[in-house]
Amino acid sequence: MKRFYIEPLPKCNVNKLHGKLIVLEGSDGSGRTTQIAKIKNWLEGKGYAVVNCELARSQLVGPELELARRGNVLGPTTLSLFYATDFMDQFENVIIPALRAGFIVLADRYFYTLMARDLVRGADPKWVQNIYGVTLIPDLVFYLNVSPRRLIERRWQKADTMDYWESGMDMGLSRDWAISFLIYQQRLRKVFLKLQDKYGFIVVNGNKSIDSITHDIVTRIEKLLT
Amino acid sequence: MHAGQISYLSCARKLKNYMNRTKLKNTSGILIAAEGLDGSGKSTQLYLVKRWLELSGHHVYLTEWNSSVMVRQAIKRGKKKNLLTPTTFSLVHAVDFSDRYHRQIQPLLKTGYIALADRYIFTAFARDAVRGCSNAWLRNLYSFAKVPDLTFYFKLPSKVAVERILSNRPKIKYYEAGMDLNLHPEVYDSFRIYQTKIGAEYDRLSQEFNFIEIDATLPIEIQQETIRAIIAEKIDLASFKNGEVV
Repeated sequence: MKRFYIEPLPKCNVNKLHGKLIVLEGSDGSGRTTQIAKIKNWLEGKGYAVVNCELARSQLVGPELELARRGNVLGPTTLSLFYATDFMDQFENVIIPALRAGFIVLADRYFYTLMARDLVRGADPKWVQNIYGVTLIPDLVFYLNVSPRRLIERRWQKADTMDYWESGMDMGLSRDWAISFLIYQQRLRKVFLKLQDKYGFIVVNGNKSIDSITHDIVTRIEKLLT
Repeated sequence: MHAGQISYLSCARKLKNYMNRTKLKNTSGILIAAEGLDGSGKSTQLYLVKRWLELSGHHVYLTEWNSSVMVRQAIKRGKKKNLLTPTTFSLVHAVDFSDRYHRQIQPLLKTGYIALADRYIFTAFARDAVRGCSNAWLRNLYSFAKVPDLTFYFKLPSKVAVERILSNRPKIKYYEAGMDLNLHPEVYDSFRIYQTKIGAEYDRLSQEFNFIEIDATLPIEIQQETIRAIIAEKIDLASFKNGEVV
């Protein structure tokens, strides 16, 4: 049976959530999207119905969040609450209904990413934990562990310029975008590895070949489903 | 005995809770909040406090719990597509409050102002608790915000408050009426039940956070007199005079 981290979500009957919740975590450029597509193929090939979801795509505040990101006028606490709103909207309107209908939810990141971003910016860990205390403990969480150096190389494969937020430019780590990126991603990675124990992430070596990573992940999922 | 004096005496009893504390000094600004049901007259009272303080040359600022454009848009979309849940309804408002808190209230307090808040976090505590959010979750969500130095609670039987509102403003909005709670299919009935529930939450909060209860059925000027007396007694007003802010 599914369980919530700290307390039940208001008006949610946990006994009716028959699906599975599988999460893939990892920085941009860690190969998450590629892996999710491959895992989805595999699951559908086996006859499982799959629903995807990703961060910052909520119907409720998606457009406002995008504006806020571009404008860079909100303080860190406000921005983290904004992301929490976006996440909870999808959690309640996409993830929960899909689980109720018996789907497998393949989540392209979960609140851990938001938590890690908050923690590297000095947020109170208890505050963040309690806000996301009304979320479900996933059945499996994979963390694609990729070195920042590798992440930056992958950035150049898909984009012409660096991204402000992915480079942590709001943190004033360096005036140099590449240096800022490397420091920021290294800090995020450290936080993730710290969260690993608490949240039971399965750390996957993301520097390996695409097929070999898929193989590792699918093996674990197969075990869950049998 | 005059009705106003009775009210003042009950307020004075409340003040015993504060007896052990020293008079609040102008080290970090002062936060005074007004809470109560729609129609309790708290905005009028707080406005009069503001006038009193500014006319006597104090650094004072009145801040209101108004929803920003962002919240209004999100709420509108949420309603149209039936997206809002108790949790996201609460979070959308927390985003808005956080923005106002960090960009307005906190800086005012840091620069030594008397900030008057027309509704504060207790509004969210009452409203969101009625919708099913847990108290622990709500207290944590708003834990970044300072607890006011003084919170005046304009207490009014919910029946009276509802009649005041309905006699002035016949159009009640969906969420204001608590229609999302499925209390009653008819808007006005839903509004009545909803306000009664909010009132009960406020009464609980009043105990938990030591609100100073003001009898909101009394004449406006009598209430104001009481409030001014309490503020003058509790706060070292001299240190908030214009020109003395460091």
